[in-house]
Amino acid sequence: MPEFSILTVMLTAPLAGALLILGLPRERTGAIRWTALGFSLISLGLAPWALARFDLSRPGPQLVERWTWAPAIGASCVVGVDGISLWLVLLTTLIFPLALAASWTIEERVKEYMALMLALETAVLGVFLALDLLLFYIFWEFTLVPMTLLIGIWGGPRRVYAAVKFFLYTMAGSVFMLVAIVALWLLSRPLTGTGTFDLQWMAAQLSPLLSLEVQRWLFLAFGLAFAIKVPMWPFHSWLPDAHVEAPTAGSVILAALLLKMGAYGFVRWNFALFPDAARDFALPIAILAVVAILYGALASYAQEDFKRLVAFSSVSHMGFVMLGLSALNSLGIQAALLQMVNHGLSTGGLFLLVGMLYDRTHTRDFRELGGLWKTLPLYGGVLMVVGFSSMGLPGLNGFVGEFLILLGAFGSTALGTAARGLTALAAFGVALAAVYILTMILRVLHGPLPERWRGLPDLTRRELAIMAPILVLIVFIGLYPQPFFAAMQASVQQTVAALSEAALSMR
Amino acid sequence: MVWTPLWPTIVLTAGALGLLLLEAFRRPGSAQGMAWGALGITGLGLGATLALAGEGPVEGFYRMVVWDRLAFWFSLAVLLGTGMAILLSRHYLVDHGLERGEYYAFLLLASAGMLLMAVAGDLLIVFLALEWLSFPLYVLTGFARPRVESEEAALKYFLLGAFASAFLVFGIALIFAGTGLTNLRDLAEWLERPDPAARTLVWMGGALLLVALGFKAAAVPFHLWTPDVYEGAPTPVTGFMAAATKTAAVAALARVLLTGLAPATALWAGPLALMAAATMLVGNGVALVQSDFKRMMAYSSIAHAGYLLLGLLGEPSLALPGLVFYLLAYAFATLGAFAVAVSMAGPEGEDHSFEAYAGVARRAPGMGAAMAVFMLSLIGVPPTAGFFAKLLLFAAAWEAGWTALVLIGVITTVISAYFYLRVVVAMWMGRPEPLRLPVRYPWVRASVVISGMGTLLLGFLWFLLGGVTL
Repeated sequence: MPEFSILTVMLTAPLAGALLILGLPRERTGAIRWTALGFSLISLGLAPWALARFDLSRPGPQLVERWTWAPAIGASCVVGVDGISLWLVLLTTLIFPLALAASWTIEERVKEYMALMLALETAVLGVFLALDLLLFYIFWEFTLVPMTLLIGIWGGPRRVYAAVKFFLYTMAGSVFMLVAIVALWLLSRPLTGTGTFDLQWMAAQLSPLLSLEVQRWLFLAFGLAFAIKVPMWPFHSWLPDAHVEAPTAGSVILAALLLKMGAYGFVRWNFALFPDAARDFALPIAILAVVAILYGALASYAQEDFKRLVAFSSVSHMGFVMLGLSALNSLGIQAALLQMVNHGLSTGGLFLLVGMLYDRTHTRDFRELGGLWKTLPLYGGVLMVVGFSSMGLPGLNGFVGEFLILLGAFGSTALGTAARGLTALAAFGVALAAVYILTMILRVLHGPLPERWRGLPDLTRRELAIMAPILVLIVFIGLYPQPFFAAMQASVQQTVAALSEAALSMR
Repeated sequence: MVWTPLWPTIVLTAGALGLLLLEAFRRPGSAQGMAWGALGITGLGLGATLALAGEGPVEGFYRMVVWDRLAFWFSLAVLLGTGMAILLSRHYLVDHGLERGEYYAFLLLASAGMLLMAVAGDLLIVFLALEWLSFPLYVLTGFARPRVESEEAALKYFLLGAFASAFLVFGIALIFAGTGLTNLRDLAEWLERPDPAARTLVWMGGALLLVALGFKAAAVPFHLWTPDVYEGAPTPVTGFMAAATKTAAVAALARVLLTGLAPATALWAGPLALMAAATMLVGNGVALVQSDFKRMMAYSSIAHAGYLLLGLLGEPSLALPGLVFYLLAYAFATLGAFAVAVSMAGPEGEDHSFEAYAGVARRAPGMGAAMAVFMLSLIGVPPTAGFFAKLLLFAAAWEAGWTALVLIGVITTVISAYFYLRVVVAMWMGRPEPLRLPVRYPWVRASVVISGMGTLLLGFLWFLLGGVTL
């Protein structure tokens, strides 16, 4: 009996849902919403099953499924998970149902909205699951389309500007990746006849043949696309606009998942295919990461708008992730991967909370908010916990990630003599995070309560149900991160081994 | 004598003449039958082409024409464009008071000329086909008489087109003077061991050919007629010109450069590369500032001519399938976009400014979604056909060492995203004042559906079928 294709079903269920929704009559908004949620729950339901079948001790891709669809150019549909992508895949399947549930308040063009959200879920899952370069690129680029439309149609006042900026900025990066993919494919042609886009083949066969010069160029071409997506400083300027103008669910997905695609891309493609160049570029990446940490934190502190504050905090947090990756050691990369999940939970959660507040007050301006703990005690409590997670309070998930990233960077040989200085500066960023998060809490929850917010209703059961899984995971990862690391370990160590072998072969 | 390569041309020509004859004896009144007839004849042409799919390569008619895989695919693209143009025309002509039966006859005649171009094996056939396809197009451009833009466009097109033809004839004459040859394969043989005395004449002739064919393909710097003609011509004709004429021009370039002048690649590759670069840059750059959909599409058509030129420069085993694929993808997306434009130009007249499209997707989400798909394909966003098309051509050009051209190609692709997105933005995010609604023309909707399916599935089907080797 053929084995059940968990990953393919997980990947295509949302898309099937999107097509189904297109066939539903547009007046039946209730049915459309439930269909959307239902199909995203199929993917979520498959997640524990995939996890159960995942062998923790084995490196490399597992649950691999492969369909050849273009033998003439050697392109296949190859999907699989390894320790690097596992948690991001699971995070995706979790975040989307939450985002859909948070979109219950969308009344305008529900049908298009839900169809686009589901199409986006397939695209994001595809990015994390694809083990074939062409397939990866197709999903990568396709995430742009639904996201741009979500921002542009359901966004805030400057939505069109933000949507177009988002599209152009991201595309400007990814076309160079396309050129690099073409170049890699052409290099693989003499070796295989038809050429191939297969990750494992490229990492094993093609990558060792590339000269350092070629690796550097290809690293930069891939890296630019990923750096814009992360976004690394100075490529971040699309982010505040896109985040602020996007509808709540859009911001959540953007922060929790789309940014991760950039950082994930570095590990999955740049580190695996261009290990020599990766060592060369580790230090520049680390320096930009530290700049992002400090700049993001300071900019965050300077905001008067709740959502912009959270948006800039993302720049800072993703700086930590990139610092961990640039350490190029097992500790740093594992911590960075965990921190991606943490950031997805905490920043995703914060964007949800911003949206919930905005639904009640229709403002996000700190100068008009304040004292809300009195009327919204539940909301206040949840905001505190998620805020503390984002701040890196010990006992919650953010602390584990950031602390280990700093530890990894401190002991990094790839960063050489600069490692300690950079780590110290980054540690200063942790303190700054406390400043802007506590300021945010202060300005939203404390102080005098303006008269007009006196009768605001507290969190509804639907909203609590959305926040509950996030809160549970924030605490769980904070107290017991071991299982998360256990699943990553084998794959990350393999990557790191390849990276250091590359360094040895150079000498 | 081998007639094989000429069958599609013969079918369309005979059909067109038959329609003209019928038109002369037709009772006054609706010309709906003509549209059906034209569609049927296109179908017959398609049948003839498909029946010949496995044939060749074979030369025929005193070696003047050739039937090979390239001819097959070019013919297919031309017939696709023709069929879609007929679908777009029927209701449009009625609503704009242009319903005259000879319209379809001219359309088929132009198409027959393009089919002849696809099989050209001799410079004389190139010239004949060029004139054959051009004259009906001049008439069709001015078909919206007495609308002054239409007449102006026709006159401009005719005068400049006549110039281009003169260049072509002169070029052929110079080559003939130098070599005594007009057959493309003989010419290639001659070029293997060129007679030094006659070489200059042949080079000059070749340069003139490049100018004339560049004009038809709307390549910079011979593109200046394009925006006015595209804007002035009846919208279905514009779509036909953008898709089918482009195919014919590319076919001509492919025949002349890759067969006739192939041994002299080193000489024409440089100028052609410059043309490609200029075409991509100017086409996309100027399209940025357009505020009218049809004019934007004119510059888009120029820009895509630039990408297509990459297909002539690239490594042939990749470039030729890429070229064919690109033409099909471009035809689907462009004709689809013009189909949406036709349904936006209801009986109240043609206004194709972006404001006129504002908010349309609110009431007509199907049309809005289709337009978004076509625009994304023209940008080259996966998984639409436009993405695979660009992928193939960029790969071919990169393999042949045209690194700078590929970089220009991808950078201009990003630029193009801006103006194609403007259409999507207007339709999906615009606030209409007052809201115009697309007219529900059944034939136009059919063509939107066909183009949409083509744009979405072409890439997957193409590779699923094992790609195409030429």
